[in-house]
Amino acid sequence: MSVQTGSNNAPESALGRYYNYAYLDEQTKRMIRRAILKALAIPGYQVPFGSREMPVPYGWGTGGIQLTAAIIGPDDVYKCIDQGADDTTNAVSIRQFFAKVADVETTEDTGAATIIQSRHRVPEKPLKAGQVMVLQVPQPEPLRYLEPRETETRAMHAYEEYGLQYVSLYESVSRFGRIASGANHPVMVEERYLMAPSPIPKFDNPKLGYSEAIYLLGAGREKRIYAVPPYTRVRSLDFEDHPFEVQTWEESCALCGAKDAYLDEVVLDDQGAKMFVCSDSHHCAERRAAGHAGPMAGHQLDQTEKEAAQ
Amino acid sequence: MNAAAKMTAAPAERGTLLRVDGLTKWYGHVLGCRDVSFEMRPGEVLGIVGESGSGKTTLLNCISGRLAPSSGSIAFDTSRFGMADIYALSEPDRRRMQREDWGFVHQNPRDGLRMRVSGGANVAEPMMNLGSRHYGRMRQATIDWLERVELDTRRIDDRPANFSGGMQQRIQVARNLIHEPRLVFMDEPTGGLDVSVQARLLDLLRELVRDLSLAVIIVTHDMAVARLMADRLMVMKGGQVVETGLTDQVLDDPQHPYTQILVSSVLQI
Repeated sequence: MSVQTGSNNAPESALGRYYNYAYLDEQTKRMIRRAILKALAIPGYQVPFGSREMPVPYGWGTGGIQLTAAIIGPDDVYKCIDQGADDTTNAVSIRQFFAKVADVETTEDTGAATIIQSRHRVPEKPLKAGQVMVLQVPQPEPLRYLEPRETETRAMHAYEEYGLQYVSLYESVSRFGRIASGANHPVMVEERYLMAPSPIPKFDNPKLGYSEAIYLLGAGREKRIYAVPPYTRVRSLDFEDHPFEVQTWEESCALCGAKDAYLDEVVLDDQGAKMFVCSDSHHCAERRAAGHAGPMAGHQLDQTEKEAAQ
Repeated sequence: MNAAAKMTAAPAERGTLLRVDGLTKWYGHVLGCRDVSFEMRPGEVLGIVGESGSGKTTLLNCISGRLAPSSGSIAFDTSRFGMADIYALSEPDRRRMQREDWGFVHQNPRDGLRMRVSGGANVAEPMMNLGSRHYGRMRQATIDWLERVELDTRRIDDRPANFSGGMQQRIQVARNLIHEPRLVFMDEPTGGLDVSVQARLLDLLRELVRDLSLAVIIVTHDMAVARLMADRLMVMKGGQVVETGLTDQVLDDPQHPYTQILVSSVLQI
């Protein structure tokens, strides 16, 4: 973690750079750091901040990029994933961006990274103290769908009026017979603030609670930063007679055989053939390297991935 | 819900439920309503009648805590804080009191319902706002209330937009009564409905009000609605109350010239 590392500590090689260190100017980074500190002090509270124009469109992770830019330092090791995978376009682009503007080492290894930026997933490997998880958030306000007025949702947060959020759960149960939300399942942080955990699958919700690592969440377009500090209570909303449950699969990962990982369904042809694979590509690769094998180990897809890795 | 228990409990607490004193509302230099004072007891139905622009809705919004008056006070016998000036309560306390003790039936059901969620969820929402976290119990209460307002319980999961205007208004009524409020505000509850639907809704409202011994403040420009629903009437003109009294007394023997015109303007078939 390098929150304290400013440009003063930047290496000599950075002096001749075209961009300011980590792209944003120093005043902007200070402003974002102040927002981060406030967010950490009030877990789950959405801190407004002066979101900047970034060199990518809104919706591509501008909130997360600004958070990372504000906390990253030259001795950080940076990992960026999209849908759990290290090799998707958005993840590769953002990783290259920070390799270029912040002179940081990048990695795909969850354990080696100090800053992990992500949309949609929290890595399978438990995060450790000293790691920062940066999540990109499209809509930070969990009540927005039901209450369009910002003045009203602010009052609802201030006065802890969270009954309305249960209306969405009621709808889900009445329509599907269970709480059917897949991602962005709302959570209560320290039994005080209702929080949208970004579009991570609810499979990942339990990882937020009592984590050793820091979770920072940033919404660039909506101009909000919020955070879950380490060892914070995070409770996913549910009904007494419909308790919160995470997704489970009857299948195991076709490549590495993992039974307890979040799996993606991949359609293989137009004959109905499909496979389930770990969404966390590094987790899967690590397991395969350790000798675990799933029912389709050695499949063509497995081969191409190995070649790409070399 | 538990009508019998409520009715037996009612006589013991026959105090003043609501006391409005010198209520005045100015919109800049335009008068909303001026110097309105009255008292209400539990189980009483008060009708506010008058022409368009006479200040009925301004008065209702002021009393229901939705519009701060320019001067005057509104005291309500809250279940949590006892008799209290509603604008002297802190905002979270006032909002909580509004959730717990009051209901508000809008003229247009679209103002009172969440159109993006099902009718059943709309009816159950006040229970969730008051802390109910048991789906099965809320579901059952919702079904009971849909029966009470004579809606097809099989349509519980339809969106409000898929119901007719009269049905939407019934959903709104159920939504505002499910948490057993002590006072319900109604702003032209039969306004946009055709006469036959209007008559059935009025019939239903009257039955529920009597069963639950609800206190109701009903704003209407329809004399027939006032006659059918209200125990007492307040006639407003130009922001002021010009006449007040028992409904039958006011309608059968109007004293103020405006009331006389109002009563004589009712179309006869």
